[in-house]
Amino acid sequence: MSPLLEVSGLGKRFGGFVALADVDLTVAEGERLGLIGPNGSGKSTLVNCLSGTLHNETGQVRFAGQLLNGLSAHQRTRLGMARSFQLPRPFSTMTLSENLRIPLLYAVRSRDKAATADIDARCLVLLEMVGLADKAARLPGDLTQIEMRKLELARAMAAEPRLLIADEVMAGLSHQEVDDILALLLRLNVEGMTIILIEHIMRAVLAFSQRLVVLVAGRKIADGDPQAIVRQPDVVQAYLGS
Amino acid sequence: MRNTTFILLLILVAGAVFGIARLINNAYVFFAGYVVLQYVVLATAWNILGGYTGYVNFGIAAFFAMGAYTTVVLHKIAPMPLPLMMLIGGGVSGVIGLGTGYLTLRLRGTYFAIATLAMAVVVQTLITNWSFVGGSRGAYIVRPAEAPFFAGDYIQYLFLVMLGLSVISVAIARAIEHSRLGYGFAAIRDDEGAAEASGVPTLRLKLIATALSGGFMGMAGAPLPYYVTYLDPASGFSLSYAVNTIAMPLIGGTESWFGPIIGAVLLGTLQQVATVTISSALSLLIVGLLLVAFVIAAPKGILGWFKR
Repeated sequence: MSPLLEVSGLGKRFGGFVALADVDLTVAEGERLGLIGPNGSGKSTLVNCLSGTLHNETGQVRFAGQLLNGLSAHQRTRLGMARSFQLPRPFSTMTLSENLRIPLLYAVRSRDKAATADIDARCLVLLEMVGLADKAARLPGDLTQIEMRKLELARAMAAEPRLLIADEVMAGLSHQEVDDILALLLRLNVEGMTIILIEHIMRAVLAFSQRLVVLVAGRKIADGDPQAIVRQPDVVQAYLGS
Repeated sequence: MRNTTFILLLILVAGAVFGIARLINNAYVFFAGYVVLQYVVLATAWNILGGYTGYVNFGIAAFFAMGAYTTVVLHKIAPMPLPLMMLIGGGVSGVIGLGTGYLTLRLRGTYFAIATLAMAVVVQTLITNWSFVGGSRGAYIVRPAEAPFFAGDYIQYLFLVMLGLSVISVAIARAIEHSRLGYGFAAIRDDEGAAEASGVPTLRLKLIATALSGGFMGMAGAPLPYYVTYLDPASGFSLSYAVNTIAMPLIGGTESWFGPIIGAVLLGTLQQVATVTISSALSLLIVGLLLVAFVIAAPKGILGWFKR
């Protein structure tokens, strides 16, 4: 079976700064992939190139057998690839419920017109999943940073993606909340969603990932079994210094 | 409220407005009322792009005047009923809106506003140098001898036409607000990147907004030559159209269809009264003062008072 996501030779530079160089990556359908790397290693740039927010200069991205080069972000979301933003970017004049309405109206409905029949109930179910149901009618401005991360995750989930890219959705969460989000992501995965988790909380990454990819200075330095990789000398050096 | 119910109610209100104007039976009421209604349309049209979608357009005069000058051209080459001219004028301005949207698709915020202002200057320069429509001398338009209704009273006819256009534009603005399109516009206004990530085709929606907004401005401008009977670039492209049209939704409130109406009726009426009772130069001063007061005291407009 061909992989769900196939990245080959991906490169991105900002002026003279090479953010990503020759990154190859495959993700199988239903896989749970952890993506780690020190700050500034290109994790978010990779997410932006995958989701179409940025355009990579070299290499190509294939999703579900389709070449994504030149497709805009909304087209990729409609194809079934959703991402959350590392810094939450809620629609600030809309209630939480309405925030989730946007992907339901635009991403889900573009695939299946009948799918959004009971849209208000769907929004509530999604908010329930991330524990924000009681604030459905509030504005994002009333939320804490942590709640905004949950909203960000819920909005990505609302697009009903085949591939979910969760960009640091757990940062700042308490031990219990990390466990809750982990359980949620695992449940989504059991239901068939492929998930790429970008995270600094190693406990969560190791508990979640079936496979781990490490980016350092825009290059992929490791890819494989999580437990083995975190003991690899070059990975340890990248994180802790020599 | 369902859209059909709302439109019926709107027509009822419009009917009442017209009935009252007839009861007063003073030509000046129609003359001044026309201007207020014209601003209801302009403010509503501006708000589709500026309020719903978050793109501040300063080029109102260009869209408005292109509608007016389309009428001048049509009047010279192929006279036809006014509503038809308005449709064509709206079409021309809608296409200009589409073009503006396409050329400025990468510009946001202030840069978009400056680009639209520049566009207005370019269009004005073109018109000023086009002698077929009068160039800088301006064009004299002789009204048709007979208006279709009201025993030939043309001002009453213009008033009625503008009233009809107000009903249509407000009905469409409100329908958009509660639709999938409206949610898409609001998503673009709040965060364009996040909107894209949520599957919103931001470019297409922006083009719909600029075309719709420009089109209605053009329609509002189309009857102008018959109203003023003499149109020159300086008055057709007057900056006061832009200033008023932006001030009205800001004073009324930009988040809902009702805001531009409040702003237009309030400000438009105030200006008309001031023009008659004090001086016409004072009307712009009123706009300026009100705008300053509202920016300080009620940044979300009059509607903002009634929400939290």
